[in-house]
Amino acid sequence: MKKLFVVLSMFLMGNVNAQKFEGAMEKGMLQFKEAKSPEEMLATSAFFERVADAEKDKWLPYYYAAQTQILAAWMNPNSDKDKVAEKANSLILKAELISANNSEIYCLKQMTAVLQLTVDAMSRWQSYGAIASEAIAKAKAADASNPRPYVLEGQYLMNVPEAFGGGKAVAKKILEKSLTLFENFKPASPYHPNWGKEQATTALAACQ
Amino acid sequence: MFYQLKRMKHSILIIAALLIGLSLHAQTRVQGSVKDKRGRIIAGANISIKGSYDGTTSDSAGNFSFRTYEKGAVILVANNIGFKMEEVPVTIGKDTLVVDFLLKEEINELSAVVITAGTFEASDKKKGTVLKPLDIATTAGANADISATIQTLPGAQKVGEQEGLFIRGGSAEEAKIIIDGSVVNNFFYSSVPGISQRGRFSPFLFSGTVFSSGGYSALYGQALSSVLSLESIDIPERSEIQIGISPIFLSAGFQQVANNKKSSFGLSYNWVNLTLYQKLVPQAPDFFNAPSFHTVDANYRFKTKKNGMFKIYAYFNSGDLGVRNPSLDSIGLKNAFSLKNRNFFTNISFRQFLGKGWKLNTVASVSYNKDNINTEVQNQQNEKIPVVNIPVIDFTHFNLDARQWMVQARAVLDKRFGAINTIRFGAEVWNNIDSARYTNLAGTFPTKISDFYTAIFAESDLYLSNNVAFRPGIRIEHSGLLNRWNIAPRAALSYKLDKNSQFSIDFGMFYQTPERRYLVANSNFSFLRADHYILTYQNLSTNYTFRVQAFYKDYENLLKTDAAVTNAVSTEGVGYAQGVELFWRDKKTFKNFDYWISYSYLDSKRNYNNYPTAAMPTFAANHSGSLVLKKFWVKQMFGVNWSWNWSTGRPYYNPNNAKTDFLTDRTIFYSTNNFSVNWLPKLGKANTVVVLGINNVFNETQIFGYNYSNRLRDSQGLLIREAVIPPAPRSFFLGIFLSWGVDRTQQNINGNL
Repeated sequence: MKKLFVVLSMFLMGNVNAQKFEGAMEKGMLQFKEAKSPEEMLATSAFFERVADAEKDKWLPYYYAAQTQILAAWMNPNSDKDKVAEKANSLILKAELISANNSEIYCLKQMTAVLQLTVDAMSRWQSYGAIASEAIAKAKAADASNPRPYVLEGQYLMNVPEAFGGGKAVAKKILEKSLTLFENFKPASPYHPNWGKEQATTALAACQ
Repeated sequence: MFYQLKRMKHSILIIAALLIGLSLHAQTRVQGSVKDKRGRIIAGANISIKGSYDGTTSDSAGNFSFRTYEKGAVILVANNIGFKMEEVPVTIGKDTLVVDFLLKEEINELSAVVITAGTFEASDKKKGTVLKPLDIATTAGANADISATIQTLPGAQKVGEQEGLFIRGGSAEEAKIIIDGSVVNNFFYSSVPGISQRGRFSPFLFSGTVFSSGGYSALYGQALSSVLSLESIDIPERSEIQIGISPIFLSAGFQQVANNKKSSFGLSYNWVNLTLYQKLVPQAPDFFNAPSFHTVDANYRFKTKKNGMFKIYAYFNSGDLGVRNPSLDSIGLKNAFSLKNRNFFTNISFRQFLGKGWKLNTVASVSYNKDNINTEVQNQQNEKIPVVNIPVIDFTHFNLDARQWMVQARAVLDKRFGAINTIRFGAEVWNNIDSARYTNLAGTFPTKISDFYTAIFAESDLYLSNNVAFRPGIRIEHSGLLNRWNIAPRAALSYKLDKNSQFSIDFGMFYQTPERRYLVANSNFSFLRADHYILTYQNLSTNYTFRVQAFYKDYENLLKTDAAVTNAVSTEGVGYAQGVELFWRDKKTFKNFDYWISYSYLDSKRNYNNYPTAAMPTFAANHSGSLVLKKFWVKQMFGVNWSWNWSTGRPYYNPNNAKTDFLTDRTIFYSTNNFSVNWLPKLGKANTVVVLGINNVFNETQIFGYNYSNRLRDSQGLLIREAVIPPAPRSFFLGIFLSWGVDRTQQNINGNL
């Protein structure tokens, strides 16, 4: 009986913890969705980072903490993108320690590299462009069914001049591929990354 | 059973009560502020209770406030980008808890003051460099020559008739050029009287260029004025086949990168021949043998474990030319100059991380240069004339066969400590052997001179905070030839004023062994010496650069030579140089339009070589400047570049003057406008770069100085002269570079579609 009590309470407590985590993720996702300003986006990032630091073994909050950092930098043209990238990379590193060879985390690496590339595209495209394409290649290799590497690659290549292997025609094929992958894509949980379809559609429209 | 159920019910009730109790329990408010150690507000800092989700971010006033269910002893954490994380143990009770955080700045490369703010660096590795590698290829007038681009920067004097870097009143010999740590003895093609030569190496070999116009690091020596340090690229991005076509040259080469990108090798061949060009663009001198060069270079590079890098580069060049000018010493005769050059340079470098913050950099290099120079006086039929018993004519016939060997080795250890503090130390040895055979009417004079040079050096970058950095350095050198030691201390102090601007002070003592060719008869002299004092203010952001520098250079122990300038007589020469320099670059104000302006004021006098008195040297101008414009259309991949370089007149030697008027004449104002376009289309599968350049678009008259006759006088009894001018008023460049790349990212895309 005592055993049963312990098991039951552990189960209940575990459930409470899981519920607490899910509640926090839900709250964070909502905050993320409603963030309109870079400040709100950074506050969302801070929230996810608190959840991540408290949990220690969940990569998702680190993932969102990094993603919102990058998005906040895009929203604020005056942000110090190199500094943001340093912060994002430290969060990405923590996520990677929890979940190695993760397609979604490789996507974040590409996003950080592209952010840094735009600081001075003329002279950085060689170095940061290489980091970005390497991350995409790894993201595809880690999960061939993940549409997001294709979305990111398409978005990136449509802005790269044709002479450097980019251009709308190249990007179009890749974005179309991402949309076919989205047809069969199911996120592992409501809190797993499930973005990109909208972005792919918008980018594809721009490629026509 | 019933009992068990009852117990179970009981425990469920307990748990439920616990849960309800938890939620019924009152929340406690935690509030406070976040500031840095100097009391400045930090907005956006993340405040949390360790191990819980509770927390918030600080607002724009640096204040924060949140509620938590946590009770008892907890750890409150504050962190923000650029600051050290701060943890405070607190006890949460019923009452509002107030915690004020004072965060300590984290010293890191991104926000710290730059120690080397006085240098110009072209690199895409570091944040906030003034120039990018691409700038070297896209500066109008430079024709992708590294040193010509450097000449558009403040402090570098353009000297039209001679190659080399003339920095802040220093001669070309006073600047050293370094590739991957080893000194390059013959960076430029061999001198031709009156015609400036290009650098030998393609700018595309290098990923980093650091140009210091003074006060450079203790890691380098043997340059009184400045050091230009070039760092070769590591593994290229992709395998490539390259072809270059131009009326002036043909080139072909390849780079093979291993699939794992851990190693690469490449080979290229380049043939330059100016015959066709000189037919199209008439030259003032008579080139009876148009300049022609063959160059082969090869490289092999591989990554070692732990991210080390091993590189071998080998370069071989063979060239010859012949040029004829009317003789000033006898009407109707001509002076014919011919040159045969062979040059070999090889460089092996290895760098490795040794763990615990240690890094090792080693380099070894061997170079060889052979010049065979022949001059003769010719008649109208271009035949060598016999002895005429006029010494200045008879002794114009000579042959010089000069050979130089240089072997060098160098090792530098680098250790990081603290956040970004660094200490570097190392040693280097050079062995120079120069031999020459000079043949003229009086006979053959062989000479041989060698110097074994050793140096040890140490330097440290110490960051006292993000805002203050100090770099002390010391270099101890020994020359076997002089049989003397020197100790050269250097120091730099930098202070950051705000996010983008900083101020620095540099001091350094610089020594150089006198040029060996003067030391053949007697080498018992001291080192030449220059002391530098430099003040720099710099404001640098991604899109704007503003820099102002003031400097004072004190020369001591400069070489004095005999009247014929063949032998050193003492090192009692003295001199000074002082000036102010401005640099402004703006990449933002006009879209896709980038420009820079540089201006240098220089006041310099020296009494050295065979100067009878202190005078402004021939390679210095009081005022000089450049304006460089670049416009690029990304969609069309098309760029237009313009540059304007100018300087006030430089002194020239006029033998008709009295001795008291030594070097008091000035040439006319120098001005040149250059234009170039580059276009990067895709021709078939080839990435193509088309470059077209015109130098001196407006056909401005340029006079670099005057050559005087040794004996012919005009009607007023003055020695006749001829202006030293460029071989052609305008020069043109057209080149098409094709490369077929095997881009692995492209393979990846196709493989996955």
